[in-house]
Amino acid sequence: MAALALVIVLAPLVLANDYFYDVAILVGLNAIVCVGLNLLIGYAGQISLGHAGFFGLGAYGSALLCSRYGVPPLAALPLAAAGVAVLAFAVGRPILRLKGHYLAMATLGLGVIVSIVIANEDRITGGPDGMAVPPFTVLGHLVQGEQAWYWLVGACLFVAVWLALNLIESPAGRALRALHGSEIAAEVVGIDSARRKLEVFVLSAVFAALAGGLTAFYSGFVTPDKASFLHSVELVTMVVFGGMASTFGAVVGAAVLTILPQALTAVREYEMVVFGAVMMATMIFFPRGAVPTLESWLRRRSS
Amino acid sequence: MSGQWVQFLASGLTAGSIYALVALGFSIIFNASRVINFAQGEFVMIGGMSAVSLVAAGAPMPLAIAGAVAVAAVVGLLLERLAVGRARSADVVTLIIITIGASIFLRGLAQLVWDKRIHALAPLSGDTPIEFFGATILPQSLWVIGVTIVIVAALSWFFRRTLPGKAMLATACNRTAAQLVGIEVRTVLFASFGLAAALGAAAGVLIAPITFTSYEAGIMLGLKGFAAAILGGIGSFPGAIAGGLLLGLLESLGAGYVSSAYKDVIAFLIILAVLFVRPDGILGAVRSERV
Amino acid sequence: MRSTGSSRHAPRIAAAALAAALCAAAPAVAQEPIRIGSFLAATGPASFLGDPEQKTLEMYVERINASGGVLGRKLQLFVYDSGGSAEKARTFTKRLIEQDKVDLIVGGSTTGETMAAVPLVEQAQVPFVSLAGAVVIVEPVKKWVFKTPHTDRMACEKIFTDMNARKLDKLALISGAGGFDRSMRGECTKVAPKYGIEIVADESYGAADTDMTAQLTKIKGTPGVQAVLNAGFGQGPAIVTKNYAQLGITLPLYQSHGVASKEFIKLAGAAAEGVRLPAAALLVADILPAGNPQKPVVVAYKRDYEERFKSDVSTFGGHAYDGLMLAVEAIKRAGGTDRQKVRDEIEKTKGYVGTGGVVNMGPADHMGLDLSAFQMLEIRNGAWTVVK
Repeated sequence: MAALALVIVLAPLVLANDYFYDVAILVGLNAIVCVGLNLLIGYAGQISLGHAGFFGLGAYGSALLCSRYGVPPLAALPLAAAGVAVLAFAVGRPILRLKGHYLAMATLGLGVIVSIVIANEDRITGGPDGMAVPPFTVLGHLVQGEQAWYWLVGACLFVAVWLALNLIESPAGRALRALHGSEIAAEVVGIDSARRKLEVFVLSAVFAALAGGLTAFYSGFVTPDKASFLHSVELVTMVVFGGMASTFGAVVGAAVLTILPQALTAVREYEMVVFGAVMMATMIFFPRGAVPTLESWLRRRSS
Repeated sequence: MSGQWVQFLASGLTAGSIYALVALGFSIIFNASRVINFAQGEFVMIGGMSAVSLVAAGAPMPLAIAGAVAVAAVVGLLLERLAVGRARSADVVTLIIITIGASIFLRGLAQLVWDKRIHALAPLSGDTPIEFFGATILPQSLWVIGVTIVIVAALSWFFRRTLPGKAMLATACNRTAAQLVGIEVRTVLFASFGLAAALGAAAGVLIAPITFTSYEAGIMLGLKGFAAAILGGIGSFPGAIAGGLLLGLLESLGAGYVSSAYKDVIAFLIILAVLFVRPDGILGAVRSERV
Repeated sequence: MRSTGSSRHAPRIAAAALAAALCAAAPAVAQEPIRIGSFLAATGPASFLGDPEQKTLEMYVERINASGGVLGRKLQLFVYDSGGSAEKARTFTKRLIEQDKVDLIVGGSTTGETMAAVPLVEQAQVPFVSLAGAVVIVEPVKKWVFKTPHTDRMACEKIFTDMNARKLDKLALISGAGGFDRSMRGECTKVAPKYGIEIVADESYGAADTDMTAQLTKIKGTPGVQAVLNAGFGQGPAIVTKNYAQLGITLPLYQSHGVASKEFIKLAGAAAEGVRLPAAALLVADILPAGNPQKPVVVAYKRDYEERFKSDVSTFGGHAYDGLMLAVEAIKRAGGTDRQKVRDEIEKTKGYVGTGGVVNMGPADHMGLDLSAFQMLEIRNGAWTVVK
């Protein structure tokens, strides 16, 4: 926790200009989604290939509330997230009865439906080219410029991680981990697995929606790409890459996979090849993800 | 118009048999390894692109097809040996991420080896549409449907009657038990990637005259193939066919009678509905969890 | 990142910079390269546009440098691949402005990418020549934003003019799910009444659909349809054209300027016979009458491109050519890279003859093309012909 705070506070020392701040902000926004998604995938053991749908709904929801209905951004953000929570609650019950790959398919379908609706309703959403999002104001003060956003997103990430860690250490968190082990065994010891799963599903959807809303306000525009299947896959990849069932792993995964494409522009047309190879190699040599594998390695070295 | 619904049916079967072929590849690898191979669409792309460049180099069609299937099979075997097989003790999710990495890698490679353009491939027996009951269908679609049937027949013979096939099936049912009776599980996994890649490539060659091909053609085909495999019940070959055809029909009937803009939404809504009723797909085996 | 031109001579630049720092001598500073930034959809579904654009920019930056550069300064090109994603385009724009400190930007293959970059260039006050199509880029006029391609609205108008001449007034639309497709569909729907054209059917297809016969069957069964217009680029329109022939539909078929390359004819094959589309003179460079002012420019560009890359020229690469040349001309007239001056000079562009047409810009018009920039082409015997 302290380490994360330290990283957030000290990072500006190496952020040479607004472009570096921009990448750092994107890392933070992705990390917020991944911390939530990790609760679902890593702790509750439920895969979702549709979280970009919640991200997109959060983004478009806050943008539309703001631009069409004049809701102040600070209210639009939680309102949109609440809407996503209701939706996740409604669809979560039947969907979470599914297991494994069938669950993956159902969540994927959900995400695809969201992104197609957003792209098709162009009178409201601006269609595939996206729509402009009004500036972000907090109590009448305009939040603009990369530095201001950096601190805002950094604070949000800190809170997200703090919430996630607290949840994991709570009795509810232990129940979740039991679910991951074996659902039937968990039920036998009296855990209401359906309810627990649903709660985490809704919580992770809310994380995604809030990050989506913030991303929209920060970028000043939003496109249906953000709700697409490929973005969902990207988010899951970040979680697994960093290490499942590790909150810091989720943050690291988001950081690495956000920064890597920026670094790889140097290898020109080999970018995709190198990116794919790095992903494969990491998963082969760190099968449990980067952070857990490194942690156990360090522990073995020190003992 | 009375002929319209026949045309919608024909369109649905055309697209559906393409999805079915891709779905079969997902099921083969799933059976051997429990992994959803996200690079399956890339095998289809490699098949199509290899055939295109072999034809451009002057190879006759049968040779181009054989060559394309061979290229993809080698890629599939390499993928297993160099990547997936090395991490076989890892979580299933980890393996899936490896296949996602592989799909990006192969797409990047294809873009370097070939180019970024869209390519056409000549159909096997001309472009003259065949008419029946007021609908028209291209000869190539009949090829796709016909070959799909042949492949399914061959696969079921292979899995029921031959020793390697039975070994693969046994591995699918219970890996540990298969190992105990002396089946080389490692070899089965290896072979399944080769088989699935070869099958994907065959699909790629067959559909390229209808859909065209490019280094990115695998992404959406992979997605639709995955949906079809799940809809039918992952791991079930008849299920893959049923799922593929049903998905194709849902799309064309949805586009024809409801809204073409929302046809994919309709298709996915129905998939969701089917899964709610049958959580293991249409023809999937109902599994129970062991504690 | 790709960086051609003087980056190969990085040591020399470094030495020059060092010399400049040591002597604080003005002439050495003048040797600073002119930094041109670009982000293009070099991969992804719009690589149809981005790939030839990138090749064109790289080739002409090399050529200009080989012949001594601009105002005695070399050009240095910074190109990033946005994959057509607006989000990436935004980050790369930031990178170009903050990190690479470019003097101006020529890029943005798609409207989504362009619109994502607009707020940033407006705020940083960097001249930006977009290579994307939609009207929204230049309407309303944005101080720092220009564009070279014809708008989708112009394409609709050109097609409708042709329909009027053929006395066709009931149109069926079929379009893809992409931004280009949806934008053109919207513009056509908007301007259709002005030309007395009624849209009687409106179908769409998905980004990677493999079969459009269902949609076309529906159109075929719609009473009164006299012509069909397909808005889109990539493999979609080629599949539509093939399905059109498969179903034996004989109504006139119009395609958009999004398929304006020989590749479309190759993909659609015999089915492309009789298809009409609006396109720039570049496609018919060889058969343009000798008196046409564009003739020398388009013939030269076509020759350069096809010799170098061994592939057919498309109008999209031409947009990049026009963008780069407009910028270079403006820098020459401005006598340097002062952003304000360069912007003003781009806006004052008059009578520039490019691959897309003759450009006459002004404070109220940041594109400077009119309908005369479009030719109505028809595909006959596998080749482009101009409809008189």
